[in-house]
Amino acid sequence: MNNTVLYILLGLLVFSALLTAMIKNTLKAVIALAVASVILTVIMFLMGAPLAAVFELSVAAGLITAIFVSTISLTGSTTKSDQTENNKKRLSRYIYLPIIIVIVAGIILITKPGLDFTSIAMATEDTVQSTIWQVRNLDIAGQIMVILAGVFGVVILFKERSKN
Amino acid sequence: MPTLFLLIPFIGIVLLNLFYTKKLKKLAFGTGILVTLIQMFLACALIFQIAGNFFTAIEIKYFINLSIDLYAAIILFTIGLIAFISLIIRRHSDNDEIFNFTQLIMIIMIGMNGVVMVTDIFSLYVFLEVTSVASFVLIAKKKELLALNGSFKYLLMSSIATLMILTAVAIFFMTFGTLSYEGLGAQLTADAAVSTQIVLAIILLVTGLSIKAGLVPFHMWVPDAYSSPSASVSVLLAGIVTKAGGVYAILRLLMVVFPQIVLIQEVFAFIGIISIVAGALLAIGQKDFKKMLAYSSISQIGYIIVGAACGTPLGFLGAFLHFFNHATFKSLLFVNASAVEAQTGYKELDKLQGLAGKMKITSWTSVVAFLSTAGIPPFSGFWSKVIIIIALWQVGFIPYAIIALLASILTLAYFLILQRKVFFGKTSAEFENTKEANNGFISASMILAIITVLVGIGFPFVLNFLKIKGLF
Repeated sequence: MNNTVLYILLGLLVFSALLTAMIKNTLKAVIALAVASVILTVIMFLMGAPLAAVFELSVAAGLITAIFVSTISLTGSTTKSDQTENNKKRLSRYIYLPIIIVIVAGIILITKPGLDFTSIAMATEDTVQSTIWQVRNLDIAGQIMVILAGVFGVVILFKERSKN
Repeated sequence: MPTLFLLIPFIGIVLLNLFYTKKLKKLAFGTGILVTLIQMFLACALIFQIAGNFFTAIEIKYFINLSIDLYAAIILFTIGLIAFISLIIRRHSDNDEIFNFTQLIMIIMIGMNGVVMVTDIFSLYVFLEVTSVASFVLIAKKKELLALNGSFKYLLMSSIATLMILTAVAIFFMTFGTLSYEGLGAQLTADAAVSTQIVLAIILLVTGLSIKAGLVPFHMWVPDAYSSPSASVSVLLAGIVTKAGGVYAILRLLMVVFPQIVLIQEVFAFIGIISIVAGALLAIGQKDFKKMLAYSSISQIGYIIVGAACGTPLGFLGAFLHFFNHATFKSLLFVNASAVEAQTGYKELDKLQGLAGKMKITSWTSVVAFLSTAGIPPFSGFWSKVIIIIALWQVGFIPYAIIALLASILTLAYFLILQRKVFFGKTSAEFENTKEANNGFISASMILAIITVLVGIGFPFVLNFLKIKGLF
């Protein structure tokens, strides 16, 4: 039963991810991305990783969607003729994507490669805390730098554009 | 000591932003220069310390999983040097933007220093990301269509690479329960029968890092990313960023994680040789000064990878030496290409002619860089290429050694074409009033040319010294 639910969710995840790439309206694409994140959260929760699920929900589904939506509302929309032009290009560009995914999934299902993805260590809440703050403090510092670089990027690129 | 290399640029960023006023904005350049100088000084101190215990190390050990060996110290020095050069050029070409530029330079330095020092494959991924994100912003900063296009291509390719590397990291962790270089190396050597998922992880890792390094056939983003941004950024990117990101990671993994796995060495040797030949052939056909240099970069990075793929101490010595040499002479060429573009307004080879008389320093430093790239003695490029070719011969990659040698002639060919078109010949009327480039470009190219010549002349002594010390 549990497996069936998981497969349905995985199918929905792929579908919403495809929608994100193929949909013509940017706002709808962002919503599709948020839906994908929410489905991923449920999958993570079902697979016994509640902490990862919480992060996924708050950061990917919540924060990132908010940033995308605010960016879209800040930037101007394209003209009608541009949009129809883009739509044509988009369709021809992404029409292969679902086909490729179906073929790859088919190959994996038929050949069933001997992959053994059972995790050798399961984290509990205590170990997650000590791991993040003691063992992997370097990566936390690195992540802070990634965020800093991203913030600088947004500030620099958009501030100058508003001047023009 | 390793912590300092992350801490100093970070302190620079904090100081600049915390006490931000209009007046202090002018100090940004000085702060940037200071940070790069401290980095070069510390790296030099480390090199001397490792080579002969001349100094005792300053120990600040907050981050436990960082380490620096001789090669890492050399690369840290190179990062400081190229960042320094890039700042000088920025100061003289586009001074308004220097505040933001300095901060991005410091972030990118933290990223590269991290990649150089980490001993853990997940930390490697994190710092690769720091470097990449900062470089997207730097390229896009010019805000012209070409630059935005270059940045977007780089962003797309880099995201694919990131996804592959992260998947590989996850598979490694699920299978072995460790992520440290040493632990992975030990596990991979111990496993006689490698399972399917490890093969998958290795393929993903190799492909991801090859994209980051810009090796053939994953090089599509390189020409646009190198040729479209402003002078200071293209010097930084071509000189050090892609190398300290992708190429260094490959070298380190070949050195520590995969030293016993012959198949991976063969794969990298093959990719390297293809890059050498394809890069050189594509460079010959280019009509754009900077694009020709970009394709030449792909070819030279091939030499670095091939050297490391030998898996012998001599091979690694050649690879890291060529890393340093390529950073200096390719930065020199990008400085000069930008100088020519700034003075004449063109980067198309067909429109340029006879600039040697008008831009003497630019012209002669270019000759030094061309000869060094082609591996002509006594310039620095000669030594590294000779060492790589000898290393290839020793481990039995004899056809590769011959191809690498012949590709040097190709290198010479396209650079002679370039030199003849741009600098030699009769000065056309259009360039009668062209002046020598500004002080920033000239001082940058002089510094790099002097390093190229000095390393070339002094290298036999260094080699002798290293041999006595038993360091290779």
